[in-house]
Amino acid sequence: MQESKLVTNAVLLRGRADHDRREKIIRAVLLLFAAVSILTTLGIIAVLLQETILFFQEVSIIEFFTETRWTPLFASKKFGVLPLVNGTILVAAGAMFIALPLGLLSAIYLSEYASDRARKILKPLLEVLAGVPTVVYGYFALTFITPLLQKIWPETQAFNGLSASIVMGFMILPLVASLSEDAMSAVPGSLREAAYALGATRLEVTLRTVVPAALSGISAAFILAVSRAIGETMIVAIAAGQQPKLTLNPLQSIETMTAYIVQVSLGDTPQQSIAYKTIFAVGMLLFLMTLVMNLFSNWITRRYREVYE
Amino acid sequence: MNGFFTDEDGRFAPRLSLRLRFGRLFQLLSLAAVTLGLFLLSVLLLDIILDGYKWLRPEFFTEFPSRFPEKSGLRSALQGSLWMIGLTALVAFPIGVGAAIYLEEYASDNWFTRFIEINISNLAGVPSIIYGLLGLGLFVRGLELGRSVLAGSMTMALLVLPILIVSGREAIRAVPQSVRHASLALGATKWQTVQHHVLPYAMPGILTGTILAMSRAIGETAPLITIGALTYIRFDLKGPLDLFTVLPIQIFNWVSLPKAEFQQLAAAGIIVLLAVLLSMNALAIVLRNRLQIRW
Amino acid sequence: MTKSVRSLLFVFVAASLLLAACGAPATPETVTVVQTQIVEVPVEQTGPVEGTILVDGSSTVAPITAAVAEEFQAEYPEVRVPVGISGTGGGFKKFCNGETDISDASRPIKESETETCAANNIEYIELPVAFDGLAVLVNPQNDFVSCLTVEELKKIWSPEAEGVITNWNQVREGFPDRPLALYGAGTDSGTYDYFTQAIVGEEGASRGDFLPSEDDNVLVQGIAGDPNALGFFGLAYYEENADKLKLVAIDNGDGNCVEPNAETVASGTYQPLSRPLFIYVNRERIDQKDEISAFIEFYLKNAGTLSAEVGYIPLTDEIYALAQKRYDARITGSIFEGLGSTVGVSLTDLLAKEK
Repeated sequence: MQESKLVTNAVLLRGRADHDRREKIIRAVLLLFAAVSILTTLGIIAVLLQETILFFQEVSIIEFFTETRWTPLFASKKFGVLPLVNGTILVAAGAMFIALPLGLLSAIYLSEYASDRARKILKPLLEVLAGVPTVVYGYFALTFITPLLQKIWPETQAFNGLSASIVMGFMILPLVASLSEDAMSAVPGSLREAAYALGATRLEVTLRTVVPAALSGISAAFILAVSRAIGETMIVAIAAGQQPKLTLNPLQSIETMTAYIVQVSLGDTPQQSIAYKTIFAVGMLLFLMTLVMNLFSNWITRRYREVYE
Repeated sequence: MNGFFTDEDGRFAPRLSLRLRFGRLFQLLSLAAVTLGLFLLSVLLLDIILDGYKWLRPEFFTEFPSRFPEKSGLRSALQGSLWMIGLTALVAFPIGVGAAIYLEEYASDNWFTRFIEINISNLAGVPSIIYGLLGLGLFVRGLELGRSVLAGSMTMALLVLPILIVSGREAIRAVPQSVRHASLALGATKWQTVQHHVLPYAMPGILTGTILAMSRAIGETAPLITIGALTYIRFDLKGPLDLFTVLPIQIFNWVSLPKAEFQQLAAAGIIVLLAVLLSMNALAIVLRNRLQIRW
Repeated sequence: MTKSVRSLLFVFVAASLLLAACGAPATPETVTVVQTQIVEVPVEQTGPVEGTILVDGSSTVAPITAAVAEEFQAEYPEVRVPVGISGTGGGFKKFCNGETDISDASRPIKESETETCAANNIEYIELPVAFDGLAVLVNPQNDFVSCLTVEELKKIWSPEAEGVITNWNQVREGFPDRPLALYGAGTDSGTYDYFTQAIVGEEGASRGDFLPSEDDNVLVQGIAGDPNALGFFGLAYYEENADKLKLVAIDNGDGNCVEPNAETVASGTYQPLSRPLFIYVNRERIDQKDEISAFIEFYLKNAGTLSAEVGYIPLTDEIYALAQKRYDARITGSIFEGLGSTVGVSLTDLLAKEK
């Protein structure tokens, strides 16, 4: 009571104009903070674009997108980015085979079947799965999963896309589970109750009422998962290999866009060379790909979101 | 009218037991999905613990990395990681909370606000290595901070900012409007309302978000590699412009050395890193549960 | 927790224990560390030795420099010596920009880099510190290869071999009909550059269908697990894993098969796959910062012992003496000027030439 009286008195004593000015300044400062995000995006584009433009002055865009070999570090240089994109998509697709179905199933279990106590334990545990540093996952893939794969398919190479995919899939699973679960819990109970009232079993309520109702959120989750898989770096840098090639065989060593950037950053390339500029060109492509996916995900959520009540 | 739910007489056949059996099967399937992930996690943890636990002794935390595995330790990496989290929090916290306040309390619903929001949600999905390239160009070269822990922290701050902003917004949004209205009704200005009423109530949620953001920052390797933080450090970190190394990079370093003992050292390092992460996550959860105000 | 969840948990904890225990963890045996004979260097100057020495460059040389820095910092705790790993090229860029005091290099400085240094008024002293041997390895189960000629290696590794030379019997008459599985250093490393220069004749020129890795440990694992394997990487990694690999002797065209070891590399008989490693020191900084001259003196005196400890091959005493002389006289510039590469070049000759 004392405190609020003092505050009120201070307010009355200060004067309106004073406060208005202060409020305006504070608002401007806060706006600036919010605008840091825009500055960050502009910074990213500026940094990438600068070197990318220099790169494309020496290498034609046509070659970049149509040439099927990527050998900027060899004596005879070819700058076709397709093998890197192939590697990225191959590993991401494999990861999605695991993350999407298992993630959705986990979400369904957690939101529809699990008891409160089970959920309280399982949910944080799943988040631990997502919290393990990717370096650790990378080495786990290299030293544990790959030998295991080699026992099953002896032609598996020491670096391969499959072990990276498997590990990445489990890493992304919690993301899919968490976002899907959020989407499913946003579906109001009345919809479920109506379905039960019509004689549906729990399974039918889930699959034919809840999931379709939460579809926009679930699709957004799927797209974000893909975006995450495309941008993942350390797992592929450690376990997938450094041999860019156009292949659909996940048992072979390949190279992704992100792993290539790491490889060159770590390596001996002199910084004025064309090889160095390639990391910015590849980085730009990567940025654009994830940007498109994120915008798409946003659009889907906005467009197809069912607003209840 | 033939179908799954029609019996010979053409009447509706509920086939309840079959549907319920499917339901049970599906329940088990979805449970298996959950446990499969946890299974992988436990295999991973056990594999690493078995590999490295013998190296977890006091010297491991007080020694610098050395060419002798028995004399190697995490001293410089731990210092680097601590400094980095500290500086990152210092930079990201005010900006993140400020941005969250602006977006929740002050922003009007126009195209500019939506533009900022789209921006933030996009930045949350940008691969961490791109932030590394940004940090290299902007902080290491542009601001000439070199490969200092300050440059690394500022890069990390940009990386975790979207997480902070999103969780900050949720925490602020959770404070009911009645609190704000009461404050304004008593004559307080908007900023006073935020400062004295909204923020204190939102703080637990903001803190939880900060801890989660920091735990993300601690495990990141790629951006720091890109800005060039790969260095053998054998001295104590004394200031923000010093060269540095962090836990994941030290682990990364050790794994590529020839001696087999270094592989186990790396596993021990991973155990430490995971322990730090788990305790941060646990702290966040405890904070969330203890300090959460139920309206 | 429901019964099903609990029992499932039990099952998988047990299963994961079983799976995880498959790895063989080694005990950190109490290794009696033989006290390295470190040569102390008296620093003649007034006041304590303190400051920071910035070193950056090759990841091959870094372990040596880090070992020297370790002992030096134990001796003079007030001096800080961070050793960066930006790569030889990245290191030179920083060095010629004045950002570092010492640059580690697994190859001599290139002409373009010398020009950059000159443009920034940076003079450098080039000092060899150790040899690095590149070993050629096969799987221990391989009983038909014990020696390969440089010509045969060239046949295997040149760019034209991609997709063409895919079988051991194409390498030499009498070799069995087995597929060729190739492993090698990553294309962005000095090791790869040197190997291609020495074997194929052009830096960076090789076939593309081999398994590259920046982490030599992975190459060890790969070759150890593949009976058809053939690969190359630094000698240090062979010596740590000698029980898992088989060394191949190299015939440099004179009919002698030479295996790489400390002796053959240092004396120059193991050719062409041994290369000298260097440090480059900023000439001006030596006078400005006492700690740098103390560090270099320390380095030259102890590089022999320490490089051996981390898996490299010490230079001969003669070469170290010549290098010391070079440093004392503060001779700048590179002895490799105009030579392009170090393949087949004798350090002793080059150093002795300049008097």
